[in-house]
Amino acid sequence: MNTATAPLDTARIRADFPLLTSPFHGKRLVYLDSAVSGQMPAPVIERMGRYERLEHTNVHRGVSTLSQEATDRFEEAREKVRAFVNAPSAKEVIWTRGTTEALNLVAQSWGRANVQAGDEILLSAMEHHANIVPWQMLAQEKGATIKVIPMSDAGELVLDDLDRLITDRTKVLGLTHVSNALGTINPVKAIVAKARARGVVSVIDGAQAVPHLPVDVQDLGCDFYAFSGHKLSGPTGIGVLCGRRELLEAMPPWHGGGNMILSVTWEKTTYIGLPGKFEAGTPPIAAAIGLGAAIDYLKALGLDRIAAHDAQLLAYATEKLSAIPGLRILGTAKEKASVISFVLDGIHAHDVGSILDHEGIVVRAGHHCAQPVMDRMKVPATTRASFTYFNDASDVDALVAAVLKVKEIFG
Amino acid sequence: MSDPRELYQAVILEHNKKPRNFGRLDPCTHHADGHNPLCGDQLQLTLNIEDGRIADIKFEGSGCAIDVASASLMTGAVKGKTLAEAEQMAGEFRALVRGELDAAAPHHLGRLTLFEGVRNLPVRVKCAVLPWATLSSALKGESQASTE
Repeated sequence: MNTATAPLDTARIRADFPLLTSPFHGKRLVYLDSAVSGQMPAPVIERMGRYERLEHTNVHRGVSTLSQEATDRFEEAREKVRAFVNAPSAKEVIWTRGTTEALNLVAQSWGRANVQAGDEILLSAMEHHANIVPWQMLAQEKGATIKVIPMSDAGELVLDDLDRLITDRTKVLGLTHVSNALGTINPVKAIVAKARARGVVSVIDGAQAVPHLPVDVQDLGCDFYAFSGHKLSGPTGIGVLCGRRELLEAMPPWHGGGNMILSVTWEKTTYIGLPGKFEAGTPPIAAAIGLGAAIDYLKALGLDRIAAHDAQLLAYATEKLSAIPGLRILGTAKEKASVISFVLDGIHAHDVGSILDHEGIVVRAGHHCAQPVMDRMKVPATTRASFTYFNDASDVDALVAAVLKVKEIFG
Repeated sequence: MSDPRELYQAVILEHNKKPRNFGRLDPCTHHADGHNPLCGDQLQLTLNIEDGRIADIKFEGSGCAIDVASASLMTGAVKGKTLAEAEQMAGEFRALVRGELDAAAPHHLGRLTLFEGVRNLPVRVKCAVLPWATLSSALKGESQASTE
C-alpha cells in the first residue's frame, strides 16, 4: 500500500501521548474532546522542554549567540505556520495568544479604524463567542449594527439572501470555517468571494478547521484568518493571525511596548513593520516553537491521511450514534468535520457528561461557547464528541456503550 | 465518583422526571432568577411569604437532573418553614455538597442528604446549590442569583 494513502496506525500514534496510555478512573482514557483542546504528542513536549532547558533567552534582543539562536528557532516556527496555511509571506503571520486574541486584534485595530456609526457587521449564526463578542464591543463603541447570516435546522448557513444581507454599509464579515458546536464546514471561499466583491473585509475563525482540513488562505481569498496552537496538537498560549499585507500595514498597532518600536522619544514613537508591529512585549517563545513542532508532527502523519481518517471516523460514529433510540444529532450538514453534537431525550447534557466521565470518556457537555447556536437549535446544551487522528473505531464503540449506560441509569 | 448511581439515586431521577412545585406563583411576594453561567442552567423561583413563613414556593427553568431534583426537593423541604429555618437549611445544604457537613452533629436536611454524592464531583456542586443560592437571594430581596 502506498504510504501516502495508508490508513493511520492509531495504536502507534497513541504511544506518543502519555495521557492516552495512562489509566483514568481505573479505565482506558478515551479522549473525544480534541475540539476543546488537542493533546500534545511527546515530540512537541520534548521540543518545548529542550528549548526551556538548553536554548532559552529572549528573542529579538541583543547580540548574544543564544539570543540569535532563540530568534532563529522562533522565526523558523513562524515560517512553518506560513507554509502550513500557505500565507504569501511570514510577515503576514502574527503571533497572538490564541484565536480569541487574534479576533480581538482585528476588531480593535482594524475595526476601530474602519467601522463607523451606522455601519454593519455581518456574522454567521454559528459563530463561537470569540467571533461575536469582540464585534459587539466594537458595534457598541461605534454605533454600528450587527446582522446575522441565518442557518437551517441541519446547521448549514442559508445563503439565499446573502446578496441582500451584504449592503453598502457592510464593512466586515465574521465567519467560522468549521462550527465548533455542530461541526459544519462552511463554504468559506464562495462566501468570502461575495464579500470581497462588495468591498467587505472577511475575518475567518479557523480554530476548528486547521486540525481537520488542509487550509490555504490564498485560495480561500480571505483577509484575516485566525487559529490556535492548542487545537492543533500544540500548546496553549499561542495562536496565529494571518492577515492580508496591505490591511495589516495600514492598521494601527494594538498593544504598545518593547519589541514593536523603531524609536521612542518623549515626543514621538515610530513602529517597526510587520509582523513585529503587532507583537509588543516578550512573546511565548517555547509555545511558538512547540506549535512549529506540532505542525511538523501533523505533516509527518500526512494532512490528507488525517482528513481521510477523520472522515471515516465521523461516518462510523454518525452511523453508530444515530442507531441509539432517543439520541438526536445536532448538525447534519453535508460537509462536516469529525465533531458530533447530540442530545438524549429527557437527559441533560451535563448528566450525560458526568456519567461518560466516570466511564473514562472525555467529551464536552455544555453550550460550547456558542449560546446563539444552542438558542437556534432550541436546546440548552449538547454533548459533543470530537474525533482526531489518535482516535479509532474502538473509541466510538466505547462512547456508544457509555451512552447506553446513561440511558440505562436514567431509565 | 465511585459509581454514577451513588449520585443518580432513584429519588433524584424520579424528581428530575416529575419535579414537584414546578411552575410560577402569580402574584408572589418574593422572587429571584438563578443562573449558572458555566453551564447555562437557569431557574426562576417564586415565593409567597406570610407571617415570616414560606407559605408557598414554586420553580421553573431548565437544567440538569441534579439541578432540577435539587429544586424539586428544596421547594418541598422549605415549604412551611420560617425564613431563619430556610436560611439554616441552605447553609447546611451548601456544607453537605462541599463535604463540609459534620454528619455527627444535628442538622435539618432530612432526606436532602441524598445529594451527598455530589461532593465527589466538584464541577457539579454548583448544579445542586443553584436552587439554594436562588432561594437565599429571594429571601434577601435580591432578584438575581449566580453561582459564580
